[in-house]
Amino acid sequence: MPYRYLEDVATADVAFEAKGETVEEMFISAAHAVTGAMVERLDAVEGKEGVCIRVEEHNLEMLLFDFLQEIIYYKDARRLLLVVEELDIDRNATPMTLSALTKGETLDPERHPLLTDVKAVTMHRFSVEQTDGAWKATVVLDI
Amino acid sequence: MAVPAALKKITDTTWELPVSFKPGMLVPARIYATEKLISRMDEGVFEQVTNVACLPGIIDYAYCMPDGHWGYGFPIGGMAAMDPETGVISPGGIGFDINCGMRLVLTSLTLDQVRPELHRLVDTLFSRVPCGVGSSGFIRLSRDEFRLVTEMGARWCLKKGYALPEDLEMTEEGGCFAGADASAVSEKAVERGFDQIGTLGSGNHYLEIQVARPENIYDEETARAFGITLPNQIVVMFHCGSRGFGHQVATDYLKLFLSVTEKKYGIKVNDRELSCAPFRSPEGQAYFAAMKCAVNMAFANRQVILHRIREVFSSVFHRSPEELGMSMVYDVAHNTAKLEKHLVHGRTKQILIHRKGSTRAFGPGMEGVPECYRETGQPVIIGGSMETGSYLLAGMPGGREAFFTTAHGSGRAMSRHQAKKLFRGRKLQREMEERGIYVRTASWGGLAEEAGPAYKNIDEVVEATELAGLSKRVVKLVPIGNIKG
Repeated sequence: MPYRYLEDVATADVAFEAKGETVEEMFISAAHAVTGAMVERLDAVEGKEGVCIRVEEHNLEMLLFDFLQEIIYYKDARRLLLVVEELDIDRNATPMTLSALTKGETLDPERHPLLTDVKAVTMHRFSVEQTDGAWKATVVLDI
Repeated sequence: MAVPAALKKITDTTWELPVSFKPGMLVPARIYATEKLISRMDEGVFEQVTNVACLPGIIDYAYCMPDGHWGYGFPIGGMAAMDPETGVISPGGIGFDINCGMRLVLTSLTLDQVRPELHRLVDTLFSRVPCGVGSSGFIRLSRDEFRLVTEMGARWCLKKGYALPEDLEMTEEGGCFAGADASAVSEKAVERGFDQIGTLGSGNHYLEIQVARPENIYDEETARAFGITLPNQIVVMFHCGSRGFGHQVATDYLKLFLSVTEKKYGIKVNDRELSCAPFRSPEGQAYFAAMKCAVNMAFANRQVILHRIREVFSSVFHRSPEELGMSMVYDVAHNTAKLEKHLVHGRTKQILIHRKGSTRAFGPGMEGVPECYRETGQPVIIGGSMETGSYLLAGMPGGREAFFTTAHGSGRAMSRHQAKKLFRGRKLQREMEERGIYVRTASWGGLAEEAGPAYKNIDEVVEATELAGLSKRVVKLVPIGNIKG
């Protein structure tokens, strides 16, 4: 899985590193790291309902921040667990735009063994970087 | 874990990092801890508390309590007082879970009476008090009614029959921060929270049935004043906050502050999570008004949960809540910013106190403490791990030097990831049951993360607060039943 949870950062919370060969892949990995912090098995989430997410920002970091925040928003506002199917980023647009097609279903503790509620994306050590042609983000979630 | 070489011991329980520790520090950082606790404090605490010391308008010190651990922005266990005229307000000094707090409720039942009914009691509470990821409550409100809740706090509960007048008296600030303005809150925040009143949430949030054993009473007279009068008396403690609503309020304003901190106000911060605005600026005032809405939602949330707890006890023991002596000891907030009057350099002054994972602990005789606690000082509720127990303490006169603030919990010693590798939820539940603690959980993985050894020793933390003169131990409360979100 192209994300991993970090052990030695932010004792009380959940930190992760998400990677991708393209910036889009990295964003998808990061979204799945967020949902993966809430339920034990992402593959148990069925694509019963589609939700389009669109965000606009002036830089990639804030674009990722807003996008992950949308995943958290749907968990509370509509009790939806979402998995990203397609994602496009237009970095040349002003502001930059992200459009994602996500699919998911209503949270059902019987079928989705719960982990921990994610409260928010924090800005603590938040970073997006491109190294050796690959993309990496580091994120600390408030739990 | 290495303690910075610059850390100076001031007393047995007070440590300081001088302004020379980091460029930009305006005041020294002060950490309350015993030698043992400080030697194990994680590196994030020293980094974060000294970042706080760089914030404009900070008074005296950037503080960290003995339960301090690595958070985001402020350390957890952090506190900073700002001059409201020259200082800033920062969502990173309050946390996303605005007015996360603790409530303690008495009963006139004893262990012998509760033990035979424990499973039924915990099972019923588990089914009646929703918990876990994204859970919603039993109260159905329109968005407009919810906005009213955010402006009225526990007063709304009183109007709707979910509270007794004395509950409000026993809640910090009467269960309502004045000046909350729902127009400062986004639609998104309302959408995230309007159906979550009466829910516990998850993570370290819990509801616990506890017992006050005679051998765990440290101060009999104060215990009596707080309502602990019977040997092996049963009490109920719970820990939760403002749910998705508060989380979104904090997120919205973090984003706003990210765009103005440096660009508009020329303030440089070492961690973007410390983004802030001058307290007297339009952005600062808007956040303060919105934050108060989240504070009030949390007070209402805990009040509705208390209503449910009373219903459950009443159904299990076939007596009314009044007959069961179910009155509140107190409700304390541990993630807030508040204007309070304190003595600053010899003069009484109104200052803005950020508390993030730290608790107000007003001492004897202070205004703002219910009349019945004027002699003892304010009850302080410090939650420990579900295996080891929690404490009821009282504010002390010595709290003055930290603007009457103390710890809020035992503080994590192990990351969640590490705890999950070491412990298994189901096994832990069996082991705890063998030790007489019956646990129900919405999340086995979450339960493993909350295992006792993942936390600092609460006995050491509260002892440190007492030695430092911040809060004195009244009684240790040990769990017999627990609901984990």
